[in-house]
Parts: sequence; structure tokens; C-alpha cells
Amino acid sequence: MMSDSIVPVKEIEERMETDKMWLTMGPQHPFSHGLWTLRVQVDGEIVTDAEPIVGYLHRGWEKETENRTYPKIIPMADRLCYAASMTYTHLYCMTVEKALGIDIPEKAKWIRIVADEVCRIQSHLMWLAAVGTDLGSYTVFLWSMREREFFLDLNVKLCGARMTTNYPRIGGVRNDTTELFDRDILRTVERFEKALWDIVALVDDSSIFVSRMKGISYLTREQVANMGLTGPAMRGCGVDFDIRRDDPYDNYDLVDFEVPVLKEGDSYARYMIRIEEMFQSCEIIKQAVKKVQALGKNAPYRVKTPSRVPAGTTFARLEDPRGESLMYLVSDGTDKPYRLKVRSPIFVNVSGAKAMSVGTRVADVPAVLAQIDMCLGETDR
Amino acid sequence: MGHILDWIVYKDTMANVYTPFESYNLPYDIGCKLWEIIGGTLAWLIDLIFPGNVVSEWLVSDAVTTLLGLIVFMLLIFIVAFVSTLIVLWEERKVLGRMMDRRGTMVGMKGFLQCVADGLKTFQKENTIPAKVDKMTYMWTVTLVIGVSVLVLCMVPLSSRWYVVDYDTGLLIIMAFFALAPFFILVSGWAQNNKYSMIGGMRAAELMISYEAPMLILITTSALLAGSFNINDIVYAQMDSVWYIIPQVIGAITFFTCAVAEAERVPFDIAEAEAELVEGWQTEYAGMKWGLVMLADYMRGSVSCSMFVILFLGGWTLPFIGDGPIPEIVFLLKAYIVFFFMSYARAALARVRTDQILNLGWKVFLPLSIFNLAVVILLKVGGVF
Repeated sequence: MMSDSIVPVKEIEERMETDKMWLTMGPQHPFSHGLWTLRVQVDGEIVTDAEPIVGYLHRGWEKETENRTYPKIIPMADRLCYAASMTYTHLYCMTVEKALGIDIPEKAKWIRIVADEVCRIQSHLMWLAAVGTDLGSYTVFLWSMREREFFLDLNVKLCGARMTTNYPRIGGVRNDTTELFDRDILRTVERFEKALWDIVALVDDSSIFVSRMKGISYLTREQVANMGLTGPAMRGCGVDFDIRRDDPYDNYDLVDFEVPVLKEGDSYARYMIRIEEMFQSCEIIKQAVKKVQALGKNAPYRVKTPSRVPAGTTFARLEDPRGESLMYLVSDGTDKPYRLKVRSPIFVNVSGAKAMSVGTRVADVPAVLAQIDMCLGETDR
Repeated sequence: MGHILDWIVYKDTMANVYTPFESYNLPYDIGCKLWEIIGGTLAWLIDLIFPGNVVSEWLVSDAVTTLLGLIVFMLLIFIVAFVSTLIVLWEERKVLGRMMDRRGTMVGMKGFLQCVADGLKTFQKENTIPAKVDKMTYMWTVTLVIGVSVLVLCMVPLSSRWYVVDYDTGLLIIMAFFALAPFFILVSGWAQNNKYSMIGGMRAAELMISYEAPMLILITTSALLAGSFNINDIVYAQMDSVWYIIPQVIGAITFFTCAVAEAERVPFDIAEAEAELVEGWQTEYAGMKWGLVMLADYMRGSVSCSMFVILFLGGWTLPFIGDGPIPEIVFLLKAYIVFFFMSYARAALARVRTDQILNLGWKVFLPLSIFNLAVVILLKVGGVF
């Protein structure tokens, strides 16, 4: 009998939790794409608890902006996320424009849409590459990265930089589309729509890939709402919301596109949403490029803006590749912001790591958390 | 005194009373002939200086010839097996490169010298042993994993004249040695004082119990068809009738999948799944230890392919031709073709989960292998084979 023994074995076991073990995954771990730690408690192979730890990359971004004039913050906004630099710069410029109360030229709006969707596609491709390595397939990784190169080349064609683009400006964009850019982008998109089917065929036709994603890490609508998840993770749970459609900025209300929504709420649904979003982005690019072409060569793409922003508070939000990103600006009438707060979608989404991974197995942890599409630059700021 | 040709005599190796082989063995024969030249020359020289001495006679005696012949035999067997493993390594890198839209290795000789460069690099690394590991166990387990892999690689016969052992239970012995490594991996994972290693070691055991049973059943079916566990018999029985892949297609596919698992390759490399377990049970091994473990992986892959060739593809024989002039090359080429499919699977598939491989092993492979056994028994009873 256990109770008869002198050593209180059972009590010790309960206190020490000898059957469970904490695994520290990260910050130097192949699954953590960037510097973050996920502590998982495992019972054998099954995850019973998880705790994400972020903050290794904290640079004091928000504080630093308070010492810079408004235009100087644009290149800093690029560094928030190297995969979504265009959307963050766009968001920042949009916030300041809103505070200034100015309207930007039509052409700039369309070019921003094109640039945003190129950014969305290349960001999603990088996510697909990460999913590939996390599931143990290097082929998916290399094929996605190969496709991503074409979109980075489009960035080069548009503004001369591959990733940290520094392209939108307060009051428009830095430069007009370069010569033959519209031809190149249409060709790239056309080619990509075929090439993406290759990758999708490699993943979706393989029962191993599908069985690794389907039916694990379910999230309900209530959980999503309570944790504040946004982006593909939210739409994969049946929440039909996309800022581009429901709270349109720039000219998104003039674009005809669909918002993919799935009700399953598992890892595979999040995967499908992102794949479908890439196809929809191609549609948006095609329409927006036509609009840019229709406006002609000499249409204005930038307006002059005052350097001082009137005192007050503003916020703007847009649909980042990873979710809803928001900037909240408190201006005091000088040429520097008093406070600039960034709401990063990943910082909120990563709090769902526990809900996503509990109940799965250790082998599923990278596969499930790849669906967050981790980016530490914007999480830690 | 005498002419040099009096000392160098080509003797029939089978006439040597000490010959340990029952049939003709090419590498041993080469070794003996080599010693007959070198030893004969030495004996002649010594006899020139000290005429009529005893040492010269001893140098060319049967016993010394056998001993030196055996040493050369071992070296030859190992070198050929080693180089063929390097070719397998190169083949995989090139195939993966083509599949993944990149070039693969590019260092010298179409990228073949990359493995030499890798070997040199890992060899130069510092030999680190983590402070809190169980040092004894940490070292001997990895030594045994590598050692067993080398042993089983060398034991695979390349032809009826290129073999190490020719027992009637040769197939069983090879499979027994082949199945030893997971035990050492389990112990090694425990000895490393690392959570990832421990989970990796546990997974190696988990993996083993899922594929070992169907694999043994499939080996038995081939042995049943040939009526022997002797590899020579199995190969020549296939030459006489038909390659065993034809009566047991299902068995061949199942065996191939099990062989991939046995070699711990993608999609069944769950013991060293780098996405979640860093490097699995190899996490704490650095430098040359890691390099050799990596090489041992390819050795096991090579053995898996060789076993497939022996059991299902007629070994070193070709239909209508039989042994041919160089059966060893035929055998290795067949093994490389099988390995191409392993590389292909690695490029195309993702890693399965531990519970999935267990499900697969017990719910799919085992029934399939038993079904295959039933088919073979029917064929055997019906008198087809």
C-alpha cells in the first residue's frame, strides 16, 4: 500500500509532477523562426501546457519614434517586419495622412494596393516555406522561396529594394511605377498562378501533409474572439471579417475580390485560407494594375504635406498579411509624434499558442505554430 | 638462392589448407595473390642475403598467405562498401537538388568530392563532450551505432564471389545486426542528459516496434519462396524462376516502406526530426561523431536498398544473362536505382507523426505483409514455385 510507506511517494510525485516535463523550444531552436521561446509541458509526447515567451528582439521602436520627425519614421516602419515592410510603411503613412486630414492622389492609392498585395503574396510564400520545413519537407521550402524571388524582383523594379522597401510616403508614394513595371507584374502574376498550383499539388495531394494539418489544433469562434486573433487564424474559424472589405482603406472598396472563410477552425483551414488569399491577391493586383495604367503616365502620385501634424489622436488600421495591424498616433502639434503605438497582429496571435498546441503532440507543435506565421520584428517592436 | 619466379608462385587459393571460405571468394583471392607477389619478393630478397634460411620459407607458407590475404580481404570489402556509400550520398544530394530546383553539391567531379570536404570538415572539429552526460554510455552507444552499421554494410554480399559470410542463415544474421541500432539509440538518448535526445531515443524504439514485425514477415516470405535463408540460394532461385517482385508486388512495396523506416529516413526520420527535436538523439554529438553518425545513416540506407535488391530484384543476376562478367557492378547499380526512389520519397514527402507511423505499422503494413504471406503460401502449395 502506498499510504503505508514511510516515504510519501505519491505526494512527492504530485508536487514534482514527475510524469510531466517542460521542454524549452527556443530561442535557438529550428522551429522558432526568429528569436522567441515556447515552453511546452509534455506528458510523454502529448502537449499539456504551453507558454510563449517573446521580447528577445525588443528595440524600443515606439520610444525611438518619439525622437524623430514624421518622414524619418518611414524607413523605421520598414523594419517592423521584414516580410511585411510595405504594409507597415503604408499603415504608418496612412495614419499620419489621417491625422493631417489630407487625401492622397488616386494613382498613389492604386499603386499602394499593388505594392501591398505583392507584399502579401511574398509574405505568404515565406510562411509556406516555413510550413514546409516544419513538416519536414525541404522541397516545399525551396519551391516557395523560388517563387518569392520573383515578387522580390518586382519590389526591386518598383522601388529598388528587395525587402525593406521604404516606398510609401506621407501624401503618396515615393516614385511613379517604373517603365514596363505593369508588364512585368502581370507576367509574374500569371506565371505565379500556375506555379502556386504546383506547390499546392505537392502539399494537398500528399496524404502525409494533409494528415499532419487536418483535424488538429481546433479553435472555436469564441476562443478567437476572446484572444483577439485576427487574420487567417480568425477567418479559418468561420469569422467573416476582412478590413479590406469591411472597413476599406485606399481604393479597396473599388476592387472586386473575395474573402476566403472556412468553418473548420483547424490547422488545415488556416493553411487553406492563406493559399486562397494568394490567389485573391493575384486578382486584386490584376485589377489595380489596370487602374494604374488607365490613369496614364502623368497623373500625380504624391502631394506635398506639412511637416507639423496638428495636435490630436488618430488611429488607422489595415489588413496585414498576418492579421489586423493598427497604429495609434498622439500628436502634439510639433513635427515629431508624441506617442506612436503599434498593434501587432502577431503579438496578439501568439497568445493563442497555448490554445493551439495543447492536446497535440510534440511533433505537431512546429506544424501548428507555423500557422501563426511568426515575425518577431513586429511582435517585440 | 634461386630465381625470383621460384618464390612467386600463383597457387590456387582453394587448395590452401587454411582457406576459411567454402567457395571462391574474389577479395580474398586478390589478397592472397597480392601477398604471393609481395611476400615472394621479400622471401627472394632475404634468401639472396641469407641463403637457405627458414624465414623465407615461412613467408610464403600457406598460414602467412591466409593471414595477409584475410587482412587485404577485409580492407577491400570495407573500401568498396565505403565508396559505394559515398556514391549513395552523392546520388541523394544530386537527386534532391534536381527535385528542389537547385544544383546540389558542386565540389569537384560533378559534386562527388563534397563528401570528402564534409568528412575533412567534421574531422577538424573539436571533440566536445558535454559536461553532464554519462560519458561511458555516451561514447560506447554512438560507437556501436556506427560500428553495427559498418558491420552490416560489409556483411551484405555483392555477388556469389564477393561476400563475408556464406551461412545458411545469412539473411537472418544480416537482419539481426541491422535491427540492433535502435537499442543503442534508445540508450544513447538516455545517456545524453538532454530532453530532445531522450524523446528522440524513445521515438527510435517506438519506430522500431512499428516496422520490425511486418519487415520480418516479408523476409520470411521471400525465404519461403526460395526455400532457404541463404542469400545465394535466394538470388539463384530468383534467376531460375522470376524476380520475386512479380509474385509479391504488395510485399515489395511494403518492404520498401519498412526499409525506409529501418534506415530512419524521411518520411520516417522521427527519431531525429529536426523541426521539433533539434537533431533528435544526435543533438549532443558534435564534430566527427556527428559526421560518422550521418555516414552511418547512409550506410543503413544503402543496406536497406541492398536487401530490397536481394529479396525482390534478383540480387546480382540479370534475366537471361545470369551472373554476367561483373555481377558486383550489376548489384550496386540495382541498389542505386532503388535508392533513387528513396531520395525521391524524401524530396516529395513530409515527416509523419509518431502515432501515425504506429498506426501505419500495425494497421496497414502488418495486414499487408500477412496477406502477402498468404499469397506466397498459396503459390507455394499450388506448385507455381
